[in-house]
Amino acid sequence: MTPNRGAKREISFVVNGDHRTVCVYPMERLLDVLRQQLSLTGTKEGCGEGECGACSVLIDGALVDSCLVPVAQAEGARIVTIEGVAANPRFSALGQAFLDCGGAQCGICTPGMMVAAVHLLDRNSAPTMDDIREGLSGNLCRCTGYLQILEAVAEAARRTAVR
Amino acid sequence: MTEPIVGSSTPRKEGRDKVSGCARYIDDIRFPNMLYGTTVRSRIARGKIKSIHFGAGVRWDEFVVVSANDIPGKNCIALIENDQPCLADGVVNHPEEAILLLAHPDRHRLPMAAAAVSIEYEPLEAVFTIEESERKDKIIWGTDNTFKAFLIQKGEVDGVWAKADYIVEGEYCTGAQEQLYIETNGVIAQSDAQRGITVWGSLQCPYYVHKALMTLCGLPEDKVRVVQTETGGAFGGKEEYPSMIAAHASLLAMKSRRPVKMIYDRAEDMAATTKRHPSRTRHRTAVSKDGRILGGEIELVIDGGAYVTLSPVVLSRATIHAGGPYYWPHVRIRTKAVATNAPPHGAFRGFGAPQALFAMERHIERIARAVNVSSVEIRRKNFLQPGQTTTTEQAIHEPIDLGQLLDRALELADYDAKRRRFAEQNQSNRQKNGMGIAAFLHGAGFTGSGERHLGSVVGVEGRPDGGVRVLVSSTEFGQGTNTVLCQIAAEALGLPYEDVAIAQPDTMEVPNSGPTVASRTAMVVGKLVASAALGVKQTLVGAGVLRDRCTAEEFRAACRSYVAARGRLRSLARYEQPEGIFWDDQKYRGEAYAAFAWAIYVAEVEVDLATYSARVKDFVALQEIGRVMNPVLARGQILGGVTQGIGFALYEKVEWRDGRMANNQMTNYIIPTSADVPSIRVFFEELGNRHGAFGAKGIGELPMDGPAPAIVNAIEDALGIPFDTVPLLPESIFDGVAAASSRARSTRSPVGVQ
Repeated sequence: MTPNRGAKREISFVVNGDHRTVCVYPMERLLDVLRQQLSLTGTKEGCGEGECGACSVLIDGALVDSCLVPVAQAEGARIVTIEGVAANPRFSALGQAFLDCGGAQCGICTPGMMVAAVHLLDRNSAPTMDDIREGLSGNLCRCTGYLQILEAVAEAARRTAVR
Repeated sequence: MTEPIVGSSTPRKEGRDKVSGCARYIDDIRFPNMLYGTTVRSRIARGKIKSIHFGAGVRWDEFVVVSANDIPGKNCIALIENDQPCLADGVVNHPEEAILLLAHPDRHRLPMAAAAVSIEYEPLEAVFTIEESERKDKIIWGTDNTFKAFLIQKGEVDGVWAKADYIVEGEYCTGAQEQLYIETNGVIAQSDAQRGITVWGSLQCPYYVHKALMTLCGLPEDKVRVVQTETGGAFGGKEEYPSMIAAHASLLAMKSRRPVKMIYDRAEDMAATTKRHPSRTRHRTAVSKDGRILGGEIELVIDGGAYVTLSPVVLSRATIHAGGPYYWPHVRIRTKAVATNAPPHGAFRGFGAPQALFAMERHIERIARAVNVSSVEIRRKNFLQPGQTTTTEQAIHEPIDLGQLLDRALELADYDAKRRRFAEQNQSNRQKNGMGIAAFLHGAGFTGSGERHLGSVVGVEGRPDGGVRVLVSSTEFGQGTNTVLCQIAAEALGLPYEDVAIAQPDTMEVPNSGPTVASRTAMVVGKLVASAALGVKQTLVGAGVLRDRCTAEEFRAACRSYVAARGRLRSLARYEQPEGIFWDDQKYRGEAYAAFAWAIYVAEVEVDLATYSARVKDFVALQEIGRVMNPVLARGQILGGVTQGIGFALYEKVEWRDGRMANNQMTNYIIPTSADVPSIRVFFEELGNRHGAFGAKGIGELPMDGPAPAIVNAIEDALGIPFDTVPLLPESIFDGVAAASSRARSTRSPVGVQ
C-alpha cells in the first residue's frame, strides 16, 4: 500500500480533548499523523502490522492499533493517546504502580501498555489476574516477561479501590 | 544513619519519562531539513554484481544516492576482523547485503525508488548450513570456511575411554533467534565540515560506532561524535549492527550535507540484522558405573553467517561454558565458527552460552538414563566443588554449594511430589506433565584478558548543586544501568539516590567505560563508578573543604563551594586487573571470568497430545548472583530472560529460505505474549564477589541459559521421548511422538503382540 496516493484533504478529529484539523493523504496511517504532524510521539511503532500494540490509542473509547487505521477513518473521532492518558489525574496511580512494580524496562512498549491498562481499568475497576492478562494480551513486551506489568496493573487497581 | 541504597529497590531513574510517553527515542527526534534514508539490498545469497540500473518513473535527481564509491575511508565495519563491507563493492555474500543507499525528504517516496533499482548478478554457489560449510566443497570465506576455532585440553582425555563403564554420545542443536527488541534499529546522522560526523541512535556501544565511523570516514576521533538516545530494547541486537546503520546514515549525510534519519521497519530489521547463532554440539562422555564423569569430548559449531563480526567472541563464551557446572577431570573441547551465506549472526543475551548449556543439560539427562541414575543424582555427583577446577582449569574459590542450591530449587518447585503425581496421571490423561531441571553457570564480564584489553574508564563529577553525575558510555536499554550505577555512586558517597544523576552517553562527554555487554555493567563498571565517586570525595577532603567522615549535607556544601570556586570537579577511575588473574589466550587456560553466577532452574511443562503443544505451567528460577543490587530490577531481569528463554525453547523459529529469513514479521515469528507466561518464581542467593561493586556479579544474561534445557528436559519427563533440538514446535513434538509409537509397534510385533 502506498499511503501517499490520491489528493491530500483536510480531516478533523478530537485528540486528547483538542479539536484538530490536519491536511493528509487519506490512506496515511493514523500513527504517522499523530507522531509527525501532531508531534504526539508517545505513541510508538513496533511492528506496523497490528501485532505488538506499541501504537495503541483509544478511538471513541475503543482500544485500537493506530498503525492499522487509515487517517480518513478517524474523521470526527475522539482520539486519546498516551499524552492524553498521562494528563488525566487518574493516571498517577497507574504510573506510580508501574514504577514501583518494575512494569517498565526499556519503555518502548510502555505507552501502549498504559493505554491498554487504562482501557481495561475504565471498564473493570477490580480486575482479576486473568482479566489483566486478557486485557493486555494485545501488547507485546520483550523485556519484562509481563509479570511485573500485570502486577503493576493489579496494584494500581488495588490502590485506587483503597482510596 | 541513612538506609542502604545498594540492595534497595530505588525507582528507575528514567522511569517517569517512560511511563508517561515523554522519553525520546530516536524516531521521536526530528531535525530541520532532514532527509530519510533507505537501503537497497542484495536479493541473492552470493554472487558478483554485474550492473546496477536506475529504472524509469523515478525522479532520481531528487534522491541522494550513495554507493561503495562514496566511502571516504575504508569500506568496512570495523570490529574484530574488518571483513564486512559497509556497502557491497562488486560482490555480495548474503541476501540482505547493503549495496546502495537512497535518501529523500519524503520518506513515502523511498520504497518505490528502492524497488526501481534493478541489479544484475552473476550468481555464485552459496552455503546455507553448518554441514554444507564443513564439507568445504564450496569455499565462501578464507581457505576453509572457518572464522575461528578454539581448543581446550584438560588432562588426558584419550586415556579415559578404556576405563569407562559407559560411553554416552549425543548431538544437540539450537536455532537462530531474533532479539525482537520492540524498537527497531535507527539513527540520525549529521555531517558538518568543522565538527565532522555526529550520530544519534538506538544503540548499546557508543564507542563501537565511534571506532567504525572513524575507519569508514577516515576521520580523527574528535571529528566523530556518537550519542545514544533512549533505546527501546537491545538484548545484544544493538551491540554491533548500529555501526552499520550509523555508517549508512553518515554516508548519506556526508553526501547530502543534510541530517539523515534511517529507521528500519520491522521486516527489514528482522531480515537484515543479527540473530543468535544457530549451533550444533556433539558430546561423547566416559562415565563410571556410579555415574561419575571420567572425561569427555565436546565439539561445538556455530553458524556465523557471511562475515566474522562477533563470532569469535560468541564462540569463546560457548567454548568456556560447554562443560556446564560440572567437574571434568579430563576433557577436550573443540569449537569453531563457520561461514554461511546468511546475514552475520551476532550478539544475543547469553552470547554462545545458551547454545552450549542446552547441549550440556540435555546430555546430562542422557548420561543419567544410560547409567540408570536419576538426573538429580547424576548432577549432584558431578557438580563442581570449591577447590576443583573448571574446564579451563580455573579454580573455584568461592563457597558455592550447587548440591544445596539444587535441593532448594527442587523443594521450591515441589519436584518430587509433582513427579510422582504426574507419573500416575500421565497414564490416563491426554495432557502429559513433566518436570525438568537445568543447572548452569554464567561467567560475568569479558572473557580472559578482555577486561584488561578494554581498560575501561569511568568518571564521576561534582555538580554546581552539590550532587554528582556519573559519566560512562555504558548504556541504559531497559536493564537498569542508569539506576544501578547511580545507586552505587550514592552508596559510595553516602548521598541520597536523588543527588546522583547520570550523563547521556555521548562520546564527547563521557569516557569509554567499555561496551554494554557481557553482564559486565553492574560488576565491572559499577566497581569503577564506586572508586571514581570516592575519588571526588578524596579531592574535596584533600582540598580541605570536607572531612573524611561527613554527612550528605556536608558533602553537598563542600561540592557546591568547590565547583563554584574552581569550575570543575571530576574524578576518573580506570580498570586494573586484580592480582592473581591469569589467562593464556593461546591454550585457553586460566581464569576465564572474574566471577561466575550459578543457577538451578526447574520447569513444569504440560504437553497436550491433542494439539502437541507444550505449555510451561510453573517455573522456579533460583540463582546466586553475588549481590542483588536492586530487587525489583533484578527480578525483572530474571523474569524477562526466562520469558525469552521460553520463546527460544518453544515458539521462536526462524524459517530460512536460501539464507534469508522468510518469516520476518511479528505475525509469524512468535514471541511469548502475556497469555503464554506461566508463574515464574524468582529466588536469589547472595555469596558476594570481591571483584564486583558491593559484591555484584553479572545477572543480565544468566536467565537466558536455563529455560530451554529445563523445558525440553520436562517434555522428556512427560512423554518419555528425548528431543535434542530447539525450538521445539508442536510439529516436532508430533513427529517425535509418531516416531516413538512406530518404534514401539515394530519392537512389539516380532513377539506376536498383534
